[in-house]
Amino acid sequence: MNISEYKGVMVFAEQRSGQVQKIAYELLGVGRRIADTLGEPLVALLVGSGVTDAQAKDLIAQGADEVLIADDPALAVYMTEPYAKAMTLAIETRKPGIVFTGATTIGRDLAPRVSARVRTGLTADCTGLEVEDGTRNLLMTRPAFGGNIMATIICPEHRPQMSTVRPGVMRKLERDDSRTGTVKRLGLKIEAADKNVEILEAVVEKAAKKSIEEASVLVSGGRGLGTPENFEKLNGVAAELGGLVSASRAVVDAGWVGQDRQVGQTGKTVRPDVYIACGISGMIQHIAGMEDSEFIVAVNKNAGAPIFEYSDIGIVTDVNKLVPALVEELRAVKAAG
Amino acid sequence: MNIVVCMKQVPDTTEVKIDPVTGTLIREGIPSIINPDDKSGLEAALVLKERVGAKVTVLSMGPPQADLALREALAMGADEAVLLSDRAFGGADTWATSTTIAAALRKLGFDLIICGRQAIDGDTAQVGPQIAEHLSLPQVSYVSELELAGDSVVVKRTFEDGYQRIKVKLPCLLTTLKDMNSPRYMSVAGIFDAYKKDVQVWGLADIVVDEANIGLKGSPTRVKKSFTKGAKSAGKVYEVDPKEGARIIVEALKEKFVI
Repeated sequence: MNISEYKGVMVFAEQRSGQVQKIAYELLGVGRRIADTLGEPLVALLVGSGVTDAQAKDLIAQGADEVLIADDPALAVYMTEPYAKAMTLAIETRKPGIVFTGATTIGRDLAPRVSARVRTGLTADCTGLEVEDGTRNLLMTRPAFGGNIMATIICPEHRPQMSTVRPGVMRKLERDDSRTGTVKRLGLKIEAADKNVEILEAVVEKAAKKSIEEASVLVSGGRGLGTPENFEKLNGVAAELGGLVSASRAVVDAGWVGQDRQVGQTGKTVRPDVYIACGISGMIQHIAGMEDSEFIVAVNKNAGAPIFEYSDIGIVTDVNKLVPALVEELRAVKAAG
Repeated sequence: MNIVVCMKQVPDTTEVKIDPVTGTLIREGIPSIINPDDKSGLEAALVLKERVGAKVTVLSMGPPQADLALREALAMGADEAVLLSDRAFGGADTWATSTTIAAALRKLGFDLIICGRQAIDGDTAQVGPQIAEHLSLPQVSYVSELELAGDSVVVKRTFEDGYQRIKVKLPCLLTTLKDMNSPRYMSVAGIFDAYKKDVQVWGLADIVVDEANIGLKGSPTRVKKSFTKGAKSAGKVYEVDPKEGARIIVEALKEKFVI
């Protein structure tokens, strides 16, 4: 393999039901930074059915220099083999040095299949991506051992350097409609034999029914909320942040919420990007279940509550007055765009 | 029907601790377990065996002590066990691991291959799909329900925002989620049987594979460094009115790109 032939950063612009997903923009954000560091172009690969020019333009406005489109009726709904064929063709014809895919349930199915096919390395669930000075290799950093340890991985002798990128970690760019770029359609033909599975039923659930271990944002309530009605109001905050509501043991024991939402030693261990503890004092059994959260916010009226020793930001105030104020503030931010 | 369940012996990561001085993992005294997603895959295979009759083989790659995980699988009801263990396989990344396991699967023969979605020590979810590619098999990952339908299986494949019901012809490869079932315990009779049965140990000489594609030298990726995240200290505490508190939180979330 002549690795100097491989140039540019390619990102997989994941779409579902024709909607380009948030992760695609996040990949364009990190891809732009890496491409600029290398002085190479940023390519977006959009795979789907009935892909429009407007969608391609949108990807350019979000950072892409080139958009590659694989368009076929068989690509409307994600299926491993047809998508793997599309991505492999894109890699073989465009020869990118780097390929980013979202670490979603689609990306984590597709990327390993393709990496095995093109005989290159793949690093899963990256949370840090940099270019190494000198070698210009991609440094891919990821958590391992349940987040207890971080590892930086390189792929020095194979191209492209592939990684899946954890959703919610990278920042998308400000949209810029004056950006220009090229759009190319791949001459891809999906054969009947490529459709080696049959989708009998595809169900999209409006509210993703995730477990609290999978949520990237948790709004967690404790006894300090006082009543089940006050606990209920945490749902408003969770909804604004696209997260879930979780709880301390006291709240679960009181029957305000089901046990599947309990965080702590006898409940679940969670590690969300954001954990907002509302009216939770922070007994050690609770701390054991959430202390590895990326960013911890605690709200409690007792300034001496142990939870403040583990939080990144602590607010000493009446939590039941803060919750509605927080919902209002979040809505105001959203409305401002 | 021949079902092969691929499984990994892993340290129970919920008990893994970091040495605060060296910053390395403390492995001593950490119990080893069958990786949870794999164990549910085994349970699903055993249920199929009971319903329709099947031979269930468990396959693992690892050091000699991974034998214990395979014996546990035998005690749960698996019929045969194979351990891929050879220094030549060591230091493999997912590409080289999947190449090695695929070679063993070719030798074993199979109608259905079940892998756990991902192992709790590495969390990559890559080896299953990569094995499927090496063997040119259809794959379905994130499987939470499984039933046999003639010469096919019908599975429920979960996504973040829903699910698909997928029919796929055998032979194929599935990756299973731990939530799909509650794996049975070993039975007393099973434990006795497990020690009567042999765990076959296969080395490099027992499989057909290009040496350039296995172990550390067959691995496209390398670990450049590993480190622990710095211990966290208490952050800032504000004694403010609720409205100001809400504003402070929103500002912080903006900085963290959550909103």
